[in-house]
Amino acid sequence: MRKAKAALLVAPLFLFLLASFVGPIGAMLWRGAADPEVAPVLPRTLAALATWDGRGLPGEAAFAALAADIRQARADGTLASAATRLNYDVNGFRSLLFSTGRRLPAEGATDLAAAFKAIAPAWGERETWAAIRRAGGPVTDLYLLNALDLRRDADGAIVATPPDQAVFRTVLVRTLWIALVVTVVSLALGYPAAYLLARLPERLANPLLILILVPFWTSLLVRTAAWVVLLQREGVVNAFLARLGLTAEPLPMIYNRFAVYVAMVHILLPFMILPLYSVMRGIPAAHLRAAASLGARPLTVFRRVFLPQSAAGVAAGSLLVFIQALGYYVTPALVGGAEDQMISYFIAFYASRTINWGMAATLSLLLVAATAALFLVYRRLAGGHMPRVA
Amino acid sequence: MRTGRGILLAAAVALGTGAASARDLTVVSWGGAYQDAQRDAYFKPYMDATKSKMVEESWDGGIGVLRAKLQGGANTWDVVQVESEELVIGCEEGLFEKIDWAKVGGKDAFLKDAVHDCGVGAIVYNFILAYDGDRIKDGPKSWADFWNVTKWPGKRALRKGPKTNLEFALMADGVAPADVYKTLATDAGIERAFKKLDQIKANIVWWEKGSQPPQLLAAGEVAMTAAYNGRIGAANKNDKKNFKIVWNNSLYTIDSWVIMKGSPNKAAAEGYIAYVSKAENQARMPPKIPYGVTNKGANALIDKAVLAELPTAPENIATALYIDEPFWVENIDKLNQRFNAWVAR
Repeated sequence: MRKAKAALLVAPLFLFLLASFVGPIGAMLWRGAADPEVAPVLPRTLAALATWDGRGLPGEAAFAALAADIRQARADGTLASAATRLNYDVNGFRSLLFSTGRRLPAEGATDLAAAFKAIAPAWGERETWAAIRRAGGPVTDLYLLNALDLRRDADGAIVATPPDQAVFRTVLVRTLWIALVVTVVSLALGYPAAYLLARLPERLANPLLILILVPFWTSLLVRTAAWVVLLQREGVVNAFLARLGLTAEPLPMIYNRFAVYVAMVHILLPFMILPLYSVMRGIPAAHLRAAASLGARPLTVFRRVFLPQSAAGVAAGSLLVFIQALGYYVTPALVGGAEDQMISYFIAFYASRTINWGMAATLSLLLVAATAALFLVYRRLAGGHMPRVA
Repeated sequence: MRTGRGILLAAAVALGTGAASARDLTVVSWGGAYQDAQRDAYFKPYMDATKSKMVEESWDGGIGVLRAKLQGGANTWDVVQVESEELVIGCEEGLFEKIDWAKVGGKDAFLKDAVHDCGVGAIVYNFILAYDGDRIKDGPKSWADFWNVTKWPGKRALRKGPKTNLEFALMADGVAPADVYKTLATDAGIERAFKKLDQIKANIVWWEKGSQPPQLLAAGEVAMTAAYNGRIGAANKNDKKNFKIVWNNSLYTIDSWVIMKGSPNKAAAEGYIAYVSKAENQARMPPKIPYGVTNKGANALIDKAVLAELPTAPENIATALYIDEPFWVENIDKLNQRFNAWVAR
């Protein structure tokens, strides 16, 4: 009875989360594996290819089926969706289908194989037909393989993407590296600040906390744009350095990795300081005094008494900063160069510019998986205890 | 009770249809100084002339964006200004309505390249090399100079994407403008263009919006930039800048107005395009921003001094290369992917 009541009480929240969170995200991630575009447009071709052995070219029937499919698709205006999907797998497939459609042999023509090869030599290659068959659906590993810089060749074997097109492994490693550097720098800057705040009497600590909270409450976009003004070639910082005579030439401080680190650390610093501060506030001053009165030097007091007790704050702050940094998009896009873009940039690129939602979904999944894996490793190291977040 | 529900239902239907047809004509252009000029020359006079309302939005191009608008099923755009390869691809994919040329002034009124089944030419414009005459006295004269970071140190700004940059790279590498697309048609040619871009990769700042190049120049952030000629002209005029334009081996092309497929405002869209395509209306544009016009009759109505600044002036067009849209239609998807991989490394 109690259980039923509790379940009823939680039900609205549960349903809300299901409808607004789990459902949409699940549907989006499903696009990373779904392959619904080609089957309805080229049904005859796929049926004809079902019996193809994959060695040599398919028979005349497949060419006839393709001609019928393309003719129908052009009349219905559905060729574009299939062409776009096939182009994800094989570069140039979009223009292959459309140029073939424009020069399609008349209905009832014979020796279509020769006619197709005359239109485009690609129709004489196994790879072209294998790509159509691979795209038959209902699911595909195309996006997942691409996100790992892999692809399938004409025989269906998994091979590496040519180096001039491979990009995602580099980007994933870069994303993790940037997040790590930002976390380490934030900790190095945030720990002393939190220590100071925690040791000061509240009368002094509160106004100082406001200094941390005001930027925390300011829009991320505004703070990022402010860094552009500060760091640009003729910006405030360079003007100041030149005035002091420290630099002859303006230093390149924007549109590079340096700017990404600076801006991200600045934006994420409160997420480090606040959990550290709340944990450090809870460390009784009596412990430190006791250690000192027993003869410990200040450094020993810090190392053996304060540091271990603040470890939970370090863990919580680092985890908060690291996981947020992994997903950063706007800041690197505005202050970084082309070589400083993180994985979110590519998710946005595929989601809103080229509308390749399969890739967007798979890259998101990759990011979630990497984050989850790191979190598990962290829990392992931390001895199975969840960190206390603030 | 029954009637009550009936009234509610009727109201809902009325609201529904009302909402659908009540959307004002939405025109999408390229923002910044260009759209400011369009607002004065086209949007406001059009609204006054037709006593109607229209909404303006801006975008930065990309065929994927147009595909998404229609795939999403919630398209709110009616008239869009698109680049040449977007016009061709979108027309082929059925993203645009076919143009009824009788309603927009007839094909004969326009330059040949401004006429397409799905689009009406809006402007002729160039991708030019620009620099700040106040900072660089002995300026660059060619794309080879753009690549010369020893003589002219500093960053370079280019539009993010393969289109135009591969052409610039080849011309900087000594390929004659007439041979650029012949070279790009081969894998070795593409390779050569990317190799050339590699040389200055560390110096490149990428821009996406047309308003960025004048800002980057003004801030001294870059020494030179590729830019839309009109934005540079407008910055000189409106912000009293001394930016210089190198017309030598620039790339020129035409942007077109298209009507999005299934637009509920098709008639208004045609009316808008007809209005902004009239010679007397087009003639209002170049004095505000130096882009060339597409209506054959418009140049006669434009001041001589303004004409000399336009892409269509004989000395400006002499060494310019027309962007080969068949090449980009065939290759944009493939080269976008290659470019993205290259740029991210």
